[in-house]
Formats: sequence, C-alpha cells, structure tokens
Amino acid sequence: MKFGVVVFPGSNCDEDMIYVLQSIMKQEVVKLWHKDTDLQGCDFIVLPGGFSYGDYLRSGAIARFSPIMEKVIDHANNGGYLLGICNGFQILTEAGLLPGALLRNKDQKFICKNTYIKAANADSALTKNLNLDKAYKIPVAHAEGRYFASEAELKTIEENGQVLFRYSDENGNLDDTFNINGSLNNIAGVMNKNKNVFGMMPHPERAADNALANTDGKAIFDSILSYIG
Amino acid sequence: MEKQTATLEQALELGLLEEEFEQIKQILGRTPNFTEVCIYSVMWSEHCSYKNSIKWLKTLPKDSPRMLAKAGEENAGLVDIGEGLACSFKIESHNHPSALEPYQGAATGVGGINRDIFTMGARPIAQLNSLRFGNLNLDKTKWLVKGVVKGIGDYGNAFGIPTVGGELQFDECYNINPLVNAFSAGIVETGKVASAISYGAGNPVFIVGSATGKDGIHGAAFASKDITEDSIEDLPSVQVGDPFQEKLLLEASLEVIATGDVIGMQDMGAAGIICSSSEMSEKGGHGMDIWLDKVPSRQKNMKDWELLLSESQERMLVVVKKGEEEGIKAIFDKWDLNCAQIGVVTEGGQLKFYMKDELVADVPAESLVLGGGAPQYEREYSEPAYYQEYKKFSIDSVEEPENYKEVAEFLLGHPNIASKKWVAEQYDSMVGAMNTSTNEPADAAVVRVKGTDKAINITVDCNSRYVNADPEEGCAIAVAESARNIVCSGGEPVAITNCLNFGNPYNPEVYWQFVGAIKGMSKACEKFGTPVTGGNVSFYNQSSDEGPVFPTPTIGMLGLMEDYKEKMTLNFKDEEDLIYLVGEAKNCISSSEYLYSYQEVKASPSPSFDLNEEYKVQQGIKALIQEKVIESAHDVADGGLFITLAESAMAAGKGFDINTNGNFRKDAFLFGESQSRVVVSVKEEQKSRLEALLKENGVTFSRIGKVTSDSFKVDGEKYLSTQEARSIYEKTLPSALN
Repeated sequence: MKFGVVVFPGSNCDEDMIYVLQSIMKQEVVKLWHKDTDLQGCDFIVLPGGFSYGDYLRSGAIARFSPIMEKVIDHANNGGYLLGICNGFQILTEAGLLPGALLRNKDQKFICKNTYIKAANADSALTKNLNLDKAYKIPVAHAEGRYFASEAELKTIEENGQVLFRYSDENGNLDDTFNINGSLNNIAGVMNKNKNVFGMMPHPERAADNALANTDGKAIFDSILSYIG
Repeated sequence: MEKQTATLEQALELGLLEEEFEQIKQILGRTPNFTEVCIYSVMWSEHCSYKNSIKWLKTLPKDSPRMLAKAGEENAGLVDIGEGLACSFKIESHNHPSALEPYQGAATGVGGINRDIFTMGARPIAQLNSLRFGNLNLDKTKWLVKGVVKGIGDYGNAFGIPTVGGELQFDECYNINPLVNAFSAGIVETGKVASAISYGAGNPVFIVGSATGKDGIHGAAFASKDITEDSIEDLPSVQVGDPFQEKLLLEASLEVIATGDVIGMQDMGAAGIICSSSEMSEKGGHGMDIWLDKVPSRQKNMKDWELLLSESQERMLVVVKKGEEEGIKAIFDKWDLNCAQIGVVTEGGQLKFYMKDELVADVPAESLVLGGGAPQYEREYSEPAYYQEYKKFSIDSVEEPENYKEVAEFLLGHPNIASKKWVAEQYDSMVGAMNTSTNEPADAAVVRVKGTDKAINITVDCNSRYVNADPEEGCAIAVAESARNIVCSGGEPVAITNCLNFGNPYNPEVYWQFVGAIKGMSKACEKFGTPVTGGNVSFYNQSSDEGPVFPTPTIGMLGLMEDYKEKMTLNFKDEEDLIYLVGEAKNCISSSEYLYSYQEVKASPSPSFDLNEEYKVQQGIKALIQEKVIESAHDVADGGLFITLAESAMAAGKGFDINTNGNFRKDAFLFGESQSRVVVSVKEEQKSRLEALLKENGVTFSRIGKVTSDSFKVDGEKYLSTQEARSIYEKTLPSALN
C-alpha cells in the first residue's frame, strides 16, 4: 500500500508519521506538498498533526483551502482512505469530511500527556484488530481537542457506530474523570458514514516505537494494514 | 554625510558613557550622527558587548577534542558526537522582557534560542527551560508564571520541537525580576554546518523571514539596565513572536544551507540588522553596503535607525554566492517567506547604510563588536559582609523537629519540590517521537539522535540559594549536579552552556558574586572535562527597591550516550529490591530547603561539597550502570534523601522502608542537601557485585532499606502512603495556579 503524508506549512508531526510508516511498518510513503495537486497514486492519505498556518484563525480552518485539499476531498469522496491525526482531524472537520467540531479544551490549556483510549467498535480499518476491552496508552498534545457535535448529529454518529475511540482510564472505564479535554461522550476519534475517513486527537505515531517504551499505537497501524492489506 | 551630528546628551540618554562617546569620535575621526550613536549604543550595550564580563569569561575552560566551534566563535557551541554528526546547543536568558510582558517575553526567548541553533544548520531536537519566580502566593507571581508557561508552550509547541524538561524555583528575591532561561539543542551533519560569516566582495546580502516592524527597538539596551517603575515605558522594547513564521524559517533555512550556496547566515536577535551585519562582516574581514529602504517593513515611514535596530523576530541575514540569487529566492518563495536583497559585500571593513541614496551611517564593523573595538572593562569587586556571617551557622543552633511526618509533608508540597506537572503538561514533550523520558523518566532528559543508536542527555541546573551563600562553591555544585544528572541517566558529560543571571555589575558585591561563580564553574568544568561552549550573561537582574536576585549561573549540560538502550531510569522497579545510598551521609543541613523554608533559617553556608569526592561517586555510578548492576539511580538534591526516595517511589507507584543512621542527626540524614549522593536500587542477587564495584572505585556506600509496595516508612514508622504523598506532591501548583 502506498501512503501519502500531506505537509502543510506548520505541520510538525509529518516526519514522525513518515518514520513510523516507513521504518516501523515498512510501507511506501511519499510526502505530498500542500501546494501540489497530485496525490501520486497514494491509496491512503494522512493529514498529520501540527499547527497548519499557525492555527491562527481557528485550528484547521485555513489548511482546508490548500490546493492539495481539493484532490484529497475527491479521493475521500471516491472511497479512498483518509486519516487525520490531531491538527489533521481538525482540518477534516473544517472541511466537512467528518462530523462535529473540535473546541478549546475544557480547562482552556494546551495538554500533552499519555492518555488511555478504548476502541468503540471493531468495524473499521483502524480498530479491526484492536481488543475492545483494552485501554490503549496513546499520548495527546492539543489545545483544541474537545469533541463537539449537535445533539442530533451526535445521536446519528452514535447510532451509525461512527465513534472510533473514547478516552478512558487505564482499565478501560469510561469515567468522566478521564475525559481529559471535556469531549462529548468521551469521544477521541470518529469516522464518516462510509468508514473510509478517520480522525483522532491522540497520536498513535508517538506510541509505535519500542525505543520509546510504548507500542500501544502500533496496534492501530497493524490494524490498518491487515484490514486494507 | 548630511545628517546632523549627535550630542553628548543624546549619547548619554541612549545609555552610552561619556568616555564611550569620546571613543566613538576617535574611531570615526568626527562626531557621529544620531543613527551612528544608536548603533554604538546597542552594540556596546552590556547585552551585545559583554563589556563587563568578557575578561572573566575568557578564563573559563573552552577546549576538548570534541569541540568543533568554541565559545564566542559561532551563534552556539558545536560538539562532535561521532558518525559525522555534531550537536549544537545553547542557553539564553529573556528575563527583562518576561518581567514586563511574560507571555511575549518568554515566547520570543524560545524563538531566539532556536534560531541560534538552526542558523548553524542544525535541526533543533529538544528544548529545556529554567525558570525562577518570586513568592508563589503573590498574585503578580501567579500572573508571571501563567504568562511565561503559556508563552513557552504556545511558541515551542507550534514550532514543533519538544520541551523535554527544565527547572522551576521560587524565592522572594525574584518577586520583581523573574528569570526565564531557554535552552535548545540541535543536530547537524558536520559537513553541513553554516557559519555566521560574510566575505567575497560583490556577494549579495539578503534579509529573509518576517517583515521588520518597530517592535523591540533598543531591546538590548533595555536588557542592560535595572528594572524600575519606569520600565513599563520600555514596553515597546519587548518583541512579539510568531512561531508559525519561525517554523517556516527553520525549514527554509535548512533547505537553503543544503544548497551549498550560502556563504554565511546569522539570525537577528538583539540589536537586529546592525548586530548581524557587523558581526558577520567583522568575522569575514569584509564590509557591506546596505540599503535600508529595501528592507521589507511592516509599517510605513520607518526611520533608518528604527530599521537598523528593530528586534522584530523570525528574521535572518544571509550572504549568498553571487549568481545563485534565484535558487535562494525560489526556496523562500516555496515557504512563502520574504527574501529581499538589501545589500552587497564590499572590500574593506566599512559598513555603509543608505536610506534611498542618502548615506545615513558609515562605521567600521570591527569597531562595533566584541573582540574588536567594543569596550572591555575591569570591574571592582568586594566580598559582602553576609558571606562570613553565613559561615558562622552551626547545625546545633537548630532544634531537631518533633514531628518528622510533618516535615516530610511540608517538603513534598513545597513549590520548589512539588510536582511540576502543571507546567510540563502544557508543553509538547513528545513531538519528534525521540524523547525517551515520557515513559521512562531519568535524572536528565534522554533524547534519541534519529538514524543512529545515539542519544543526547540534557539537563539544566542551578540551586541559586547555594550560589548566594557561596558563589564559588555554589556554582561548582551547579556544574556537579548537572554532571551527576547526566551520569545517573546513563550518559557521559560532554560540555556545558551557561546562562549567567546576576544583578548590577557596577555593584562591587554583585560583581564579587559573578567572579566567584566563574571561578567555581572553571574548576568544576575542568574536573568533569566539560568545557564551556558559550551561553549568555544577563546582568541588571535587580529592582530599585528589592536589590539583586540571587546570583543564578544556570548550567545547561550536554551528555552523550553511544547507545540509547544503556539509559538508566530513576523509578524503583520491584518490591524487595534493595536500596543503597551511594556517597557519604553528612551531618549537614546548610542551605537545604528544610533549613531555609521549614526552619526559616536563611543564613547558612552552601551545603557540604568536595569536588574529588563528587567525581568518585560519579565514576562509581557510571560503573554500576555500565555493568548493568542497578535497577534505578536518582541523585539526592532539593529536599534531601527523603525526597529522592519519594520521587523514585512515586514514579513507580511503589513505596520504601529505610533506616536512618545513628551517626547523623536524623533531620540531616533525611532532609540535608550535602552533595555527591545518589540513591540506587538493586536486585538482591546483584548486591555483592554492587558492593565490589563501589569499593573498587573507592566510593562510600550504605544499604539503607528496600522497595516496598505502597508506603513510605522510616525507622519502622509509616510517614505516609504513596497515594497520600502523591496527592500532596501534585496538588501545590494546580491549587496555586488554576
């Protein structure tokens, strides 16, 4: 499978994502420059974390207008796989490819720490291989990660099984105490109705290397590869 | 030149001395105009010229076989780490701006230090910071802490380089004048290092990055005077940071350097265009003609001296090989950054600045810079009376506490000891995916060097209470503690950078502290083989009513590991593991947090310390780590042995059960801060190897207890559960600051 990692001005997790996909998952990866309009035949597009355009207006609000995004949106609408991590997730909600929005964290501060997340279903490329009873230790690093959707929208998302991950404690309890940013229903990641576009705030690429003594995030990449082949 | 000549009054107003004004007249052979006086006033300010410190800085050790760029040669020190790679690292202060505008002051400090690293062609991989504030109960302190932490976080997080550690100390001496010291380290291939130099007549000079505005004019001069009530009028001296531009500038600069078409590059920090153009020209023995009207500006009608002195952030001056202009422009265009040719390199050493076609300043580059024509002064110094007074302290004057549990709780919750998580979690510590300390904490941050098995160990340390009590010993301790932290994390100490924060150098007692600190630093750096690669001096850290801050020579140390897997962690591992104290216990409570804050005795000397003993202990710890004998290592520092044990236990979710030693006062044994001690844990079966190795290295040690499940026990008495300890330890900062 060929992965493409989009580089926006201000992206800063692009290299980490490329490192994991290339060196650890042994996949073909290319960088896609935001001013280009060619996806270079990639099967799976990743929008990495960072601060695209400085996040000055609203996280992700400007990046969605980058020239490459037109092609990325076409790719998704044609059923192609697309994953946004952190700032990438924010861009995908701004672009309307994923439901909901990501608001300022409940305590108004940037927060970087290990969190535990639980897969909400096994019906997606990201979660197919995950143990639904296990809490995976995956770090977050964001100021705007509080998942929000209108009541009706939230109901639809839940009913369609579009929730990918929820914040939990280390034993997998979905207690509100461990809902680090105040997300509705503890939501840490969602997908679209067609289950080909994914967004999550936690960074699995920061938890995929033995050298960092935490490889819980690698399970997500393994799942992607085994689902898509 | 048609411009009107300047008056002595104008020169004095800008901070020059009368004799300096005379000297300028001699250099130029005429009376300078206003623009030229502005130039000299910033270039000869303390901040740029080091005029009151350079004589002593020159006495610091600078050599080691690993040194590729020594102190003062480039924007930051450069150390060979093998495999064709080098590490560039430096620490710098941003105290004065942070005192007035904590958010922007701290943010631009982070921006400035990172530019020093990437202007050399190195990609920053990790940052640290060392922060000092006044009494945490004051509203002003809370405002400063929140602003500084948010400033560092917002800038560093967006820039995308992890902040992997640091230190935070509170003392009333910093009530008015906080200290904000930022450290960054980067990696560069030895063949791709860029230099801050300019040569080759006819080569074009470019300004790249952000447009130039009126922010930060005379910032260097502002940083060279005491903070007073009128300092608020200096607010325009504080620059405004844009981490997004910095990130673009980083990528574009490294791409441009990789072309091989760059002659030299220097970031614009203090004193803006004039500083970069003069330093690069002097170094390359050339001059420049610069057209200031070609500088992309944010405002219309900026004056020539404003353009010259502006400290607008995220800018670089780049000298390129003639004929390669288009390629360079294309790279900056790709990153949507300004790239404007503003001048050319000329023969001779003269800097000529034009506004349209009018020559507005004409000065020799050499006359402006440190090591050239900038003044160098010897300052008087005298020993303050308190120094001998402090030495009279005797432990017998302090009664032993009746309730040890209460002391334990007091120290765990003291702001200087309590968990710094409230701060650390606002920084992205993991971006780059090379920081091994997230899941495996150690005494120094251990960050992998991508593409190799190597890692760098980095730490910032200074207990300014010790330095105040005894500048020479206290500063030697700061170096020793840095080295101990590097060694305990499994690294080999390699070199240091320093950030010398002191009061007004014209005060002989302050200068005595400065001289003492330099002497102590020299002898400790010699002992550990860690030369000084550079750093920065920040004088005038004092207010008109509260006097100088504690002398605070912050040490930033770089260590190296050939294999990151050899790292040692600080957390206990398993119950029943044995706990050893490596190094000698002492009957010493001098300058400890316990004595200073719990007993409220402010006058005592620096804690017991012997450089040779320290060195031996470190060699012993190195041997234990290399031979894979121990499970954990954590040095004894603030709060003494008890706090060290508590930290190793809390990080593991374990407990400990230890016994004190009847040869020492119990408060000294538990809470004293005598130096050269490390707590290690070891499996029962490794006990004899541990003892043999330490004996071999001539290191004193004692077995003090074992790791247990969930409580802290001393001499059979339970002080508190690990859970209780953690809640006290983690509560202090959030409850003061949320």
